[in-house]
Amino acid sequence: MTVSVLAGGLCSTVQDLGRVGYGAIGVGRAGALDQDALCLANSLVGNAPGAAGMEITLAGPRLKFETGAAFALCGAPFDIRLDGRSLEAWRSHRAFAGSVLEFTQARSGARAWLALAGGIDLPCVLGSRSTDLNAGLGPLPRTLNPGDRLPLGAPSDRPKENAPRWSLDPRPWFATADASPLRLLPGRDLPQLEQRSLDVLCRQPFRISATSNRVALRLDGDPLQFRHSLECVSEPLVEGVVQLPPDGRPMILLGEHPVSGGYPCIGIIAAVDHARLAQARPGAAVRFTLISAAEAHRLREERQRARSELMAHIRRRLEQA
Amino acid sequence: MSWPQFEPLGECSLIVRWEQKIDQSLNARVHALARAIAAAALPGIEEIVPGYASLLLRFDPTYWGGQCAHAHEALRSRIEPMLRQAYPALSGEILEIEVRYGGADGPDLVALADAHGLDPHEFVARHCAPTYQVAMLGFAPGFPYLLGLDVRLHSPRRSTPRVRVPAGSVAIGGAQTGIYPSELPGGWHLIGRTRIRLFDAARKPPCLLKPGDRVRFVPIDGPAGASSEPGA
Repeated sequence: MTVSVLAGGLCSTVQDLGRVGYGAIGVGRAGALDQDALCLANSLVGNAPGAAGMEITLAGPRLKFETGAAFALCGAPFDIRLDGRSLEAWRSHRAFAGSVLEFTQARSGARAWLALAGGIDLPCVLGSRSTDLNAGLGPLPRTLNPGDRLPLGAPSDRPKENAPRWSLDPRPWFATADASPLRLLPGRDLPQLEQRSLDVLCRQPFRISATSNRVALRLDGDPLQFRHSLECVSEPLVEGVVQLPPDGRPMILLGEHPVSGGYPCIGIIAAVDHARLAQARPGAAVRFTLISAAEAHRLREERQRARSELMAHIRRRLEQA
Repeated sequence: MSWPQFEPLGECSLIVRWEQKIDQSLNARVHALARAIAAAALPGIEEIVPGYASLLLRFDPTYWGGQCAHAHEALRSRIEPMLRQAYPALSGEILEIEVRYGGADGPDLVALADAHGLDPHEFVARHCAPTYQVAMLGFAPGFPYLLGLDVRLHSPRRSTPRVRVPAGSVAIGGAQTGIYPSELPGGWHLIGRTRIRLFDAARKPPCLLKPGDRVRFVPIDGPAGASSEPGA
């Protein structure tokens, strides 16, 4: 059970839910930048939610199935073709031995997650198959290249031979970073911002810089300033933290962020919007709006619940098929 | 005795922070609390990450009382009593690390020594004099933040970080000194290099150093390597 890479695309990597529990030795999580999308894609092909899949970015790869396998794509709208035939995303399909799967560029957003029945079965490194490009970690510590062969695990017996004919509604699960303001929880150093900078943060758009990657989204805009310079001691970090380096241009940390760092923290993107951070493409204009912790918790729980319900629903339908 | 602040960091993390200070006894408290929390085996704790003067807890709020908004409070009330316990000083092993200072291995040594009004030899001697203590591992896999840098050697970070710092580079950033375990981008000043392998994911444990270990730098002229000996 193998999938071969014919063309790597712009930045395709192997990702699962990341390396949890190694922060104390400086090892970050990495993992799929939108875990909901990976879990849903995995559910569609009968995998465990955290099976390793492929994260594709802006321009997708070209893949050859050496053996038949079910697959599903969730995330940004890419045009996908299997042996030249256009396919819908957000549903399960079956590829035959020798089939070639191609992706065109994302029509909006930036990233999507390809689940393959059985999951990509590379050996775990520190508990995960995820590629951490920044730290150079993982069973495949780099982006996919032509000639790479990805072994697949044994698929579950669902879906059966015939791929299901239904698809998921992507609307609750996919939105671009600029579709609406990103919801921001106030960070430790937010009160130290100059009044004018606080106004800029809450009212003006920021452009996603082309230097953004899986470590952080870097934002261009009116530089933000503190009322006085801040002395910070390096402190542990999490994804979603918005740091303000001395150049005044905010950075939003993503899955490959350093485990600790010393820049001031002006906010944290609410968990409900993390999936949208993964969809930020260079040049997009994002805005921020402050929300309360209670609201952020409520929105996160709502999304978690909806995801669990949908995954249970998918499981039931696959069993019926 | 200082009492820490509890600060939520997003919905699923809690920071326990003493002071914004690099200080050996504060750091010992951080690690003592990390050990106490780990020993208590609290439900839903995914990760305990010690910093210099703060500790990060990543947790699943669903384990901490249905209503997520109360999870931080619930967790805090379990942790606070642990702060009253005695905290022993951190202990660990002593490791000597051979470093080739200056030249291509430490391209910033001469300029940095100059900026401090020191002769490069004097600068190196001052860097080798202390026994440093590993305060935490962070930034990148296996990167040790070392406590004990001579005040005369404190240096603001480079205004423009390097895109690539070679693995094994021994560096100074602010009041800190450390070693880059792998090739990384970095803004610290590079003063030397060691061949010691600080991190290897396939090794058990993956990191050569752990918080509490002590490190002495030994200058060498030939190819940089490492020797590990007890005592110092």
